[in-house]
Amino acid sequence: MASEEMEQLVRREYKQGFVTDIESDTVPPGLDESVIAFISQKKEEPQWMLEWRLEAYRRWLEMTPPSWAHLEYPPIDYQAISYYSAPKKPEDRPQSLDEVDPKLLETYEKLGIPLHERAALAGVAVDAVFDSVSVTTTFKEKLHEAGVIFCSISEAIREYPELVRQYLGTVVPQSDNYFAALNSAVFTDGSFVYVPEGVTCPMELSTYFRINAANTGQFERTLIVCDKKAQVSYLEGCTAPQRDENQLHAAVVELVALEDAYIKYSTVQNWYPGDEDGKGGIYNFVTKRGDCRGDRSRISWTQVETGSAITWKYPSCLLRGKESIGEFYSVAVTNGRQQADTGTKMIHIGENTRSTIVAKGIAAGRSDQAYRGLVKIGPRAKGARNYTQCDSLLIGDQCGAHTFPYQEIGNSSATVEHEATTSKIADDQLFYCRARGIDEEDAVSMIVNGFCKDVFQELPMEFAVEAEALLNVTLEGSVG
Amino acid sequence: MSAPERFLERLTARRAEDPSWVAARRQAGAARFEALGFPTRRDEEWKYTDVRRIAEGDFALATDPGYDASRFEAQRLDLDAHRLVLVDGVFSAELSTLGQLPAGVSVEPLSQALTRNHEAVGGALGRLAGVDFSPFTALNTAFAEEGAIIRLAPGTVVDKPIYVALLSRAGGQPVMSHPRILIEAGGRSEATVIEHYAGEPEAANFTNVVTEVLLDRGAIVNHYKLQEASLGDLHVASIHVDQGRDSRFNSFNLSLGGALVRNDLVTDLNAEGAEAAYNGLFFVQGRQHVDNHTLVNHNAPRTFSNENYKGVLDDRAHGVFNGKVFVKKDAQQIEAYQNNANLLLSDRAEIDTKPELVIYADDVKCSHGATTGQLDEEAVYALRARGIDEAMARALLTLAFAGEVMEQVKLSAIAERVERAVAGRLPERFNLSDLVETAEAVQEP
Repeated sequence: MASEEMEQLVRREYKQGFVTDIESDTVPPGLDESVIAFISQKKEEPQWMLEWRLEAYRRWLEMTPPSWAHLEYPPIDYQAISYYSAPKKPEDRPQSLDEVDPKLLETYEKLGIPLHERAALAGVAVDAVFDSVSVTTTFKEKLHEAGVIFCSISEAIREYPELVRQYLGTVVPQSDNYFAALNSAVFTDGSFVYVPEGVTCPMELSTYFRINAANTGQFERTLIVCDKKAQVSYLEGCTAPQRDENQLHAAVVELVALEDAYIKYSTVQNWYPGDEDGKGGIYNFVTKRGDCRGDRSRISWTQVETGSAITWKYPSCLLRGKESIGEFYSVAVTNGRQQADTGTKMIHIGENTRSTIVAKGIAAGRSDQAYRGLVKIGPRAKGARNYTQCDSLLIGDQCGAHTFPYQEIGNSSATVEHEATTSKIADDQLFYCRARGIDEEDAVSMIVNGFCKDVFQELPMEFAVEAEALLNVTLEGSVG
Repeated sequence: MSAPERFLERLTARRAEDPSWVAARRQAGAARFEALGFPTRRDEEWKYTDVRRIAEGDFALATDPGYDASRFEAQRLDLDAHRLVLVDGVFSAELSTLGQLPAGVSVEPLSQALTRNHEAVGGALGRLAGVDFSPFTALNTAFAEEGAIIRLAPGTVVDKPIYVALLSRAGGQPVMSHPRILIEAGGRSEATVIEHYAGEPEAANFTNVVTEVLLDRGAIVNHYKLQEASLGDLHVASIHVDQGRDSRFNSFNLSLGGALVRNDLVTDLNAEGAEAAYNGLFFVQGRQHVDNHTLVNHNAPRTFSNENYKGVLDDRAHGVFNGKVFVKKDAQQIEAYQNNANLLLSDRAEIDTKPELVIYADDVKCSHGATTGQLDEEAVYALRARGIDEAMARALLTLAFAGEVMEQVKLSAIAERVERAVAGRLPERFNLSDLVETAEAVQEP
């Protein structure tokens, strides 16, 4: 492929860059115990929650940021970040869609997410997170009938404290890692889902995360609990406005699947990746972990990562129940000066547990991408089975693609397989398409989509469409 | 006193009359080692290997090369070779046979080269294995006083293998040795070099060896490292290879012995057409621990590497494989393949494997695979259906698993010896004694 086409591809502009000016209720930058108390008070939290946050904060103070990832970025000044921002003062928070700030709705329109229409048409309940406060929730009634709880984590802490207290931090402990500890101390919102025993959630649940007010790190906390024989599919997608200063995003997602439960968690991430020099993009330091606590439970992570300046993300599964299943399907696309260090951990503890990892990385421009994964088979995980496939596609000669798979196997009845390849789009593949009258851009698009197919077919319908569109946007401008 | 200080104290007691250039090297090594200290499991490179057994040990330095000649005769590889023998790191003229070296080939003990203040040795030695590579190379640089300097003039094809035997003795205080091996292969020269670690069964010594191999344009070096030391020996080795244009380095790393074995194999493919092949086999039992770290740096376009490591683990043995392929920016049209397969024979054995790719060029064909599992039950069934009992079927399949690496071994003396050792070490439940006896009988002339 001609190099100038690649150049063009590399220089694609972020299509969703804009800033919504909205009145914020923001604390001054900085972090100490009083800020945490302020957040807790704003959220009208019970005392135990405040203590839990403070405990996390004290642990965090003793920790150091991880340096093992294949990433380069200047040290983050945690005192320069404002830890609380709400779009409106809590007392006049909108009670329905009609009351929502029109500018916010406009933002969603620009993003191509007509909230109410889309929710109604697609049958998706949307818990829209705008900055840190949940603004509106739809389809609550319908979910209520089924007995499914779907609300913001703050509301859950107030309304269902026992449930939250029972599960919060049991998958990702407060001191799990540096960013998880920070999140535990200062998280301001996120979603809570509880699907009761035997219930299959009647619709796919979706949350759109947005980062808006300048200098506001976003610290979501999501907790999804699927009781025995329950099922839920959760969709998470994000975009963000163009911005000059780096924005820190340190979310924590915890999934708990009890006996025979099934949680499917899908992500399309398209945050601002920074400009050509990599300036201004989002730092995405996320801890996502699922706990297959019950026998025959199943947790499936699917992610399409195209945005962020830096991605540090390892959605993991703890396979504790017998015959439980963990899955990880990932497409990561990096361009410009983006850096991604992403992968998964599959910890096999129970007997006959199975896991599948399919990771596809596409690196272009001057980006750097790494797959980092761990498959651990414990001594009691008899008959455990893992299959890992991770492939990298390099576009252009300035990018890097790396693979760091760790395998720790302590059981002779386990079978673990890992395969990885790195290559570029083969000239003969391109030639084959061109010879059949397909122009170069479409050919590249077809080849890349084919490369990612194994992952896309795991995505829910609407997301699959969105993901393919996203890839095509990435490849736009490469027409010869 | 800290562990590094305790180790270095032996150095001060020992070396007084070094030439100044040697003394300067030792000081640099000692200073670096003292600064680094022994690695801990918090170091990524040592994540799965605990070296406290070395750090907490108290090792003397041997002074005499006495070794039972009949024992050596039974242990040595049965092949016609130019032989250099070190006993606990001390050169044994008695057991060595370096009398008939052909023209263009030089093999001499490091101590001789050092006392002669050999300029060329001073230049090449340490060029590849700097004191920063690991605390152990720094430690070796501080202590190295014996080893082998092997030089091939351009165009020389050595008639027989060059065989370096490193023996470890039992009895008395455990000793440490820091052998240093340098192989300089001139343009289009060709040689086979064997490092063979063996010793008395009760030995519990610490060997910290560093090998440097420089291949000039078109040179071919076959390097064998056969580890058959006692089950009490602690062994840390690093092999550093620098390859010129169109050169070829074939490595065979066969690890059977030792309580704790760590191998670092690093090859720099520095010019077009350079090719490296890594073949590895480890078979560990009891509480043996073997850790193989390999790295291929593709620094130039059109360079090739192919790696195949196989491990068989029984009892409570612990195996580690960390293979890394690095492709430098603009090093296009690279082919790099890496494979690691492990067979676990026991539920208490553990393998930690990490095949890494770090790639900064786009026109490359790189792949790696790692598998860990047990014997294929369908294959066992297929053999049983042909009247072979289960134990025998499992033994044959295990041998076949190792055989994929062994069939690359060109030296029959090594191939047969390792195959027999593998067969002999198979668990008794595999009931292989008949087969081994048959094999032994076939071997008898």
